Amino acid sequence: MALLEIRKVSRRFGNLKALDDVSLSIEAAEFFTLLGPSGCGKTTLLRLIAGFDEPDSGEVLLDAQPLAGIPAEKRPVHTVFQSYALFPHMTVAQNVAFPLQMAGKHTQEIGRRLGEVLEMVHLADKAQQFPNELSGGQKQRVALARALINKPRLLLLDEPLAALDAKLREQITSELIALQRDVGITFVFVTHSQQEALAVSHRVAVMNGGRVEQVGAPEQIYGYPRNRFVADFIGTINLLPVEVRVAGGDALRLVANGLGEIVSTPLAEASAGQRGAYAVRPERVRIFSAGDVCELDNHFQGTVSEHLYLGDVTVYKIALDNGVVLEALLANSASGRTGFLERGAVVGVGWHRSAGVYLRD
Amino acid sequence: MVRWSEWAGTVAPGFICVTESRQAGRCPGPGEALRKWLVSLPPTLFLLVFFVAPALLMVVASFQQVGDFGGLLPVLENGQSTLSLEAYRFFFGDWIYAEIFLRSFLVAAATTLLCLLLAYPLALLIATGGQQHRDLLVLLVILPLASNFLIRIYAWMIVLGPAELLYSPFAVIVGMVYVHLPFMILPLYTNLESHDPALLEAAQDLGAGAWTRFWRITLPLSLPGVWSGSALVFIPVLGMFAIPELLGGTRDILIGNLIKEQFLDNRDWPLGSALSILLTVAVLLLAWLAAWAGRPRRERA
Repeated sequence: MALLEIRKVSRRFGNLKALDDVSLSIEAAEFFTLLGPSGCGKTTLLRLIAGFDEPDSGEVLLDAQPLAGIPAEKRPVHTVFQSYALFPHMTVAQNVAFPLQMAGKHTQEIGRRLGEVLEMVHLADKAQQFPNELSGGQKQRVALARALINKPRLLLLDEPLAALDAKLREQITSELIALQRDVGITFVFVTHSQQEALAVSHRVAVMNGGRVEQVGAPEQIYGYPRNRFVADFIGTINLLPVEVRVAGGDALRLVANGLGEIVSTPLAEASAGQRGAYAVRPERVRIFSAGDVCELDNHFQGTVSEHLYLGDVTVYKIALDNGVVLEALLANSASGRTGFLERGAVVGVGWHRSAGVYLRD
Repeated sequence: MVRWSEWAGTVAPGFICVTESRQAGRCPGPGEALRKWLVSLPPTLFLLVFFVAPALLMVVASFQQVGDFGGLLPVLENGQSTLSLEAYRFFFGDWIYAEIFLRSFLVAAATTLLCLLLAYPLALLIATGGQQHRDLLVLLVILPLASNFLIRIYAWMIVLGPAELLYSPFAVIVGMVYVHLPFMILPLYTNLESHDPALLEAAQDLGAGAWTRFWRITLPLSLPGVWSGSALVFIPVLGMFAIPELLGGTRDILIGNLIKEQFLDNRDWPLGSALSILLTVAVLLLAWLAAWAGRPRRERA
């Protein structure tokens, strides 16, 4: 049985369906992420788990026990708030020790645990300072220490990196991963940033409009999005309108208007005549010289219409014969601009049949 | 030493915007310095002429002697100074004055405490209640101030008279609390309204029940508001003479009445001045104490 079970949970605010029949199960010691645009219901779900709100229907079970009716202060679930919500009138030590005091622990144990946890987040020298004397990253670590010190069954993190600058965010992201591995506590992480989600999570649930669109490991979500929303929301992806010609067997044969046949590994259910989109990531698209013989299942000819030099990679926009513009990503070699393609160059593009996915409309 | 701007900031956070700390560390150019001077000149002049000068005159008056027909003897007579400590000696020579001082402080303390007990729940209710009723409720708190203070006290005479409660210490306290309650509610409300609701959620999330949340989070964070409100009630109550005169009995006179008597009835200006100065010194001491207690934690450490 999973540590946390969310069963058919719905929550309405007036006319807004904040959560619409959401079911999820989160395993012990998992780093689980709820990813989605603002208003997708991820924070509502987090608040239901924390106990600040109750679902209209459905239930939430922790260790197979229903959480309904248990107030937030009685749940073994702690939260790291987006604004950190550190108590401004308490020192770092008082803030971090707060949950232990609430749990009625002995002074000796509080002192010992406090020392350990502050050491863990590298804040031992800041124990007597007040929150307004700390930097953003330090506040973040105090919030983490405070939420972890009483060893909750579940740690909820509500966009904890949103208020940090990019450099710091990267650093704290790695710290978070290491921390979760060390303490072995289940993390439920809420974010709207797909990069954060892919970097930290064991599994990601992509949410939209109060529904869970897809749940899976980061590489599944990224490589094999199940629908247009997931494909579009995570990273950049080429979407070609297609029609299914042959379904069944070991290959799915699609036709893109004016382009010809695209072969794909059959993943989703499809039937001949069905319309949908074919999705392929820019970095999976290969570029080769126009005349070369190509062994890839799918290959077409096109013209470089634009290029964007980003340092580590260059993004090429390649107009295919049917007018569709494909994006392709090429890593830049150490030798500068060798092999750099100029605008107007006629090139071949291609990709393996397993590189892309067919998405039903 | 506590700076006046800080004290003003703690006394009336909602009404006075203290800009000094925000500008600290920035070096104003000469043009800006001049502009600051010009802007602050009218109020400075006003205070010098109508507050500082009379206060100084009163200091001098407290050392002068009573003239033959009331008023004051000239400071110099036949080349001899007539200044004396007579008024102060008089004050410290009779227990009755110390008793009236003490009684006044007790009344002020009781009024402040009662105001605090009544105002806190109300302010908390307004601050945490629905946004749509907030302005209306605050307006209702201020509304009584729109009608004349004396009329409102007369109204209390009509209320308390038939109940046979008039002319008693009880009536004085009721009047004092009634008049000063808004000055406790407003700073408390301003403070409580500024609390980040996420703090209470965090406390609850980390295991604190409703009472603990109040004692550990709401109350400590509201202390600046408590000090401000207390100062705004305590100080005016100390100097109040109309309420004890109208609602109190003959035994209920306070410092304010005593001072008024010296100037208007006994024609003993030196004693009146000395009493005023002693009261001012006592109030300043208390204000300084309140500012010391109410300043941010970090500075106290």
